[in-house]
Amino acid sequence: MRIAVGPVQFRIGSDWAEPVAALARLYAGYSQDDVRPADATVRLFAARPWRRWLRPSVHIGGDFVVPDALPLPLSMGLLAAEMGMNLQVALGWRRHMLLHASAVAKDGRALIMSGESGSGKSTLAALLGESDWRLMGDEFTLIDPTGGEAFAFPRAVSLKNEAIAEVAARVDPARLGPLLAATPKGDIRHLIPRADAIAAMHEPARPALLLFPRFGGEVAVEPMGEGEAFVRLTEASTNYVALGEAGFAALTRLVRETPAFGISYPDSAAGLALVEQLWAEAAL
Amino acid sequence: MSAVRSFVDLLAGRRDPATLAPRDWDGAIGVARSEAMLATLAHRLADAGLPPAVAALFADQRTVAKVAQRQALWEAEMARRALAPAGIEFVLLKGAAYAAADMSCAAGRQIGDLDILVLAPDIRRAENLLLKAGWEWVKSDPYDDAYYRQHMHELPPMIHRARDRMVDVHHTILPRTHRITPDALALVSDAVTSSAGFAVLNPADMACHCAAHMLADGDLQGGLRNLWDFHTMTRDFAAANPGFWGQLDGRAALHGLQSAVHRAARLSRDLYGAALPSGWDRQDPADGWFRRRLFARDDWGRVTDPLLEQAFYIRSHWLRMPPAMLARHLWTKWRKR
Repeated sequence: MRIAVGPVQFRIGSDWAEPVAALARLYAGYSQDDVRPADATVRLFAARPWRRWLRPSVHIGGDFVVPDALPLPLSMGLLAAEMGMNLQVALGWRRHMLLHASAVAKDGRALIMSGESGSGKSTLAALLGESDWRLMGDEFTLIDPTGGEAFAFPRAVSLKNEAIAEVAARVDPARLGPLLAATPKGDIRHLIPRADAIAAMHEPARPALLLFPRFGGEVAVEPMGEGEAFVRLTEASTNYVALGEAGFAALTRLVRETPAFGISYPDSAAGLALVEQLWAEAAL
Repeated sequence: MSAVRSFVDLLAGRRDPATLAPRDWDGAIGVARSEAMLATLAHRLADAGLPPAVAALFADQRTVAKVAQRQALWEAEMARRALAPAGIEFVLLKGAAYAAADMSCAAGRQIGDLDILVLAPDIRRAENLLLKAGWEWVKSDPYDDAYYRQHMHELPPMIHRARDRMVDVHHTILPRTHRITPDALALVSDAVTSSAGFAVLNPADMACHCAAHMLADGDLQGGLRNLWDFHTMTRDFAAANPGFWGQLDGRAALHGLQSAVHRAARLSRDLYGAALPSGWDRQDPADGWFRRRLFARDDWGRVTDPLLEQAFYIRSHWLRMPPAMLARHLWTKWRKR
């Protein structure tokens, strides 16, 4: 099957029908171009032929394979497919500088949030995407090395643990994928982005605010210097080194032109309020 | 037509890219990626009319290949700065050498580790100097370490702690235990200076090493790429020097690599359409196995003939060491699983 998310055309093959059917449901609202050659290939496969049927375990392959990566049971095939798509983009995409960051946009300007897993960047982006923001992506934000604009990668949002109930309470159940309980990453449920966010996925936005959220603790805002933002973003980029001088130029420009803050927040409501406040006060 | 055939035909220039259906590109690109040759294909087809998505992907690949090549030559420069003050000179091998000499196979060629060749008496000193300059051992297993030192043609691989790049320091081009023993002293003493200033093997030796690496040492992993290197370098060397093929024959005889070099030449004729001089342009029934191995990929880039792949793996070990030693080695490796 083929799925286009932002600028990336995926070709996805699987030894089983179930993961592909689950993907087809999540991505039914994305425009499809069945003849466009793929940029990235994901292949879900059984390491031994009998593992297709007997305790089926799904290995993630494609253009790049991580040696010794543990397989997932077939019940988590959708997670395997999602991890495969992330992996191939993280290791293979070269057109843009790739930031492991979520992003939302308003009036053609982007708010980029970078943080470790558990920082709440996905949840904040998902919740903002349900208000008057356009969801650009919960996992990767693509920065154009020449123009500096942010490009969207609005894959289905991967909601984890407590965030599932929080978001499920606000959206049409038809926009949620199946609950994947007790995966290696905890409970996971996918959220299909709003139709307008999917329709606008090729529209770039000018980076206007960089946030480094941390979930937990009192509400706190700390302005971040260019140097620290630069170092943190090199760590959040999977292709910074491969891009060489172009990556350095793009990142330098991003941190020079975009105000950055570290924020802490005890719950989503406080996080959202903080984001809106900083956007009103500080965003360029 | 199979994806790997399309890929080889595109490289050889036998196939007009305009005749590929959009879906055929997936297969050709998948094979190219699995052979680490996507940027090579992108360079080969730089001036061709391509579907916009393919043209954009290829442009990305050409850009990053250029960056990667610069980084690889910088790594060579770092090794030079570590070794030159102590009077140790080295010869660049493989990808970095092709880039340093600005050869046509270097266009888009992936360069993995830095491979350098030093004289055998210099090797321990070279290791110490590199350790002082920030490289570290990668292999922590004492058996692997001892195995490299006693039997291999190179030191155990080292990685630079800040730049995260590997260096392989060779003292010859085939394992010590291999049935063939090339003349390492001749390789180093007859090296030439490349346009980038680094020493590289002379043309005939470079082709010998390429063939040895592909056919005498390896199990043909990455065979299409090694063969592309061999094909383009012999073609260009012969164009610049009409006596090249004769010199190659002489050097191959010196190193004991005649059979490997001749087979590489025949395979580059069969796959990439190389024009061979008389005396080289023969048929050998065993070549068929090599062609089958090189073509054994499906349109996802996966190996389609695991038994044949396994057979070539066993062959590579069979050539690398005498039977009793091979048995002991495999036994030790198996127990460590």
